[in-house]
Amino acid sequence: MRIGFFLREAMRAMRRSAAPSFAALATVVVTLIVLGVFIPIVQATKGAANTVRGRVEVDVYMKSSATAADDARVHKELLGIQNVKSVLFVSKEQAYKQQAAQDPQAYALLASNPLPDTFHVIPDNPGNVLLVRKALMPRTPSGGTLMIDPAIQNISNHTDDTKKILEVTNLVTITAALLTVLLTLASILLIGNTIRLSLYARRREVEVMKLVGATDWFIRWPFVIEGIIVGALGALLAIGILGVTKVALLDPLANSWTLIAAPRTIPFELLVLVLLGAGVGVSALGSGISLRRFLRV
Amino acid sequence: MAISSSSQGTRRRVAVAPGTRPQKAVRNASSGGPVIEFRGVCKRYTSGDTGLDQATFSVDREEFVFLVGSTGSGKSTVMRLLIKELDPTEGTIRVAGHDLADITRKRVPYYRRNIGVVFQDYKLLPNRTVYDNVAYALQVTGGKRREIRNKVPDILRLTGLSTKLHNYPDQLSGGEQQRVSIARAFVNHPPLLLADEPTGNLDPETSIDIMRLLYRINRTGTTILVASHDQTMVDKMRRRVLELSRGRIVRDEATGLYARDETTREFAQRLRNPGGRPEGV
Repeated sequence: MRIGFFLREAMRAMRRSAAPSFAALATVVVTLIVLGVFIPIVQATKGAANTVRGRVEVDVYMKSSATAADDARVHKELLGIQNVKSVLFVSKEQAYKQQAAQDPQAYALLASNPLPDTFHVIPDNPGNVLLVRKALMPRTPSGGTLMIDPAIQNISNHTDDTKKILEVTNLVTITAALLTVLLTLASILLIGNTIRLSLYARRREVEVMKLVGATDWFIRWPFVIEGIIVGALGALLAIGILGVTKVALLDPLANSWTLIAAPRTIPFELLVLVLLGAGVGVSALGSGISLRRFLRV
Repeated sequence: MAISSSSQGTRRRVAVAPGTRPQKAVRNASSGGPVIEFRGVCKRYTSGDTGLDQATFSVDREEFVFLVGSTGSGKSTVMRLLIKELDPTEGTIRVAGHDLADITRKRVPYYRRNIGVVFQDYKLLPNRTVYDNVAYALQVTGGKRREIRNKVPDILRLTGLSTKLHNYPDQLSGGEQQRVSIARAFVNHPPLLLADEPTGNLDPETSIDIMRLLYRINRTGTTILVASHDQTMVDKMRRRVLELSRGRIVRDEATGLYARDETTREFAQRLRNPGGRPEGV
């Protein structure tokens, strides 16, 4: 009986003040569409940044005289170093085959294989790559550096490049996170403000209700339910528009152009849930909280 | 008069037989004290204005009291203090024996359900019909649907609005809107009804109708306090008058002149022109 009454009250309020309700609905739709487009873009950007960071590694070149036993020993030593996620061994024969396939003419001129055995050392976290490098070349007390194993000829030195990659990808990630926060904040403020405006138009009504002895929650429930309805309706509309756009525009593109499909983004089902939750939550909470100051009669 | 007497029989809360003329002492004994009691009440607004200054008075059960004074004299402050929209700066206010200072913010809505309030600007809910406006006062108290279906048409008949059930407030005249507001205030049969300038926006003839309606409600045993600056109306009514000036009570005339058991018809006739023509309902 009570829930039915509150529901009827909410429906009545929306019918009788259609314009503010529509404004709130439109705000929710627009905000959620922007959010719905932005979330996958941020994720794609972060994904791309992480892919680049994933390529950050340390290459260890063995001496050409290194035997299979040397390789096995060094492999074990590399795995023992802190922050190392994995070690990939490329023998000189494999390396020769790869390079020859890329540039057959140049390699045809070579009489022998000039390439060394190589280990690709991948750190657990791109940020730790310099630590790993340091561990491979400990400093001697006299000030010079030394390889951890005598069979190692050289260790790749891309310190500058690595630093640049880390800086740029960090910047991209931070910017994306900041934009997400700002956009979420703007959405909440925008929806909240629209609700506030429509409540302000009805503040006299709230005052009268209080004067005839309505409790705060008796007045508040219809507003909260109205918020839920507007939020849900707005979210469904926004999701519908996004869904149509995805099917009509993005999916055909993804088939013919792998770049769009490549970065892993949020699954559409999850995005739908997030948007629905955000729409309903923000507008219901917004209605309930914004009403507070008008209830002080 | 059939309507008002039937309403007395079925819906009165106050246990005093209709038509009796109880003496003050008797009333006090039956009710256990005055309905309204102000003792040394001061109200100073944060703006520095004084709303009320050392006001002390009491109103007994079933009394019909006028609160007069020019604008800014503190009439509305008294009303707002009584519905606990404001709290006094000093002094105590008791309503039906309860000190208003003891009512917590959370309990205020429940307290207000025992007081009917009528305003100069009617304060109707604009997006509800006449019927729904009155029903809201019952819905607030958790009234059952059947109870609402029974009571609302009754009270609207009493106030002469039977034909306007499904009109919205902006489709009604001022007098009709004020009747709706009175119906809403009285539908719960509160022991106390406050009216703040109920005829302030109305023409003299409509004002008489409204006063007549209030008198009719008074005769069912409801205590009524009316704030008004309509001096001629107040003089004609010949009821007890409390006059405020700059927040102080400057006059308290418990006129013994009036006949308490005159019918509403006689009452209205006297208001129109003392000793004049008879009038139709």
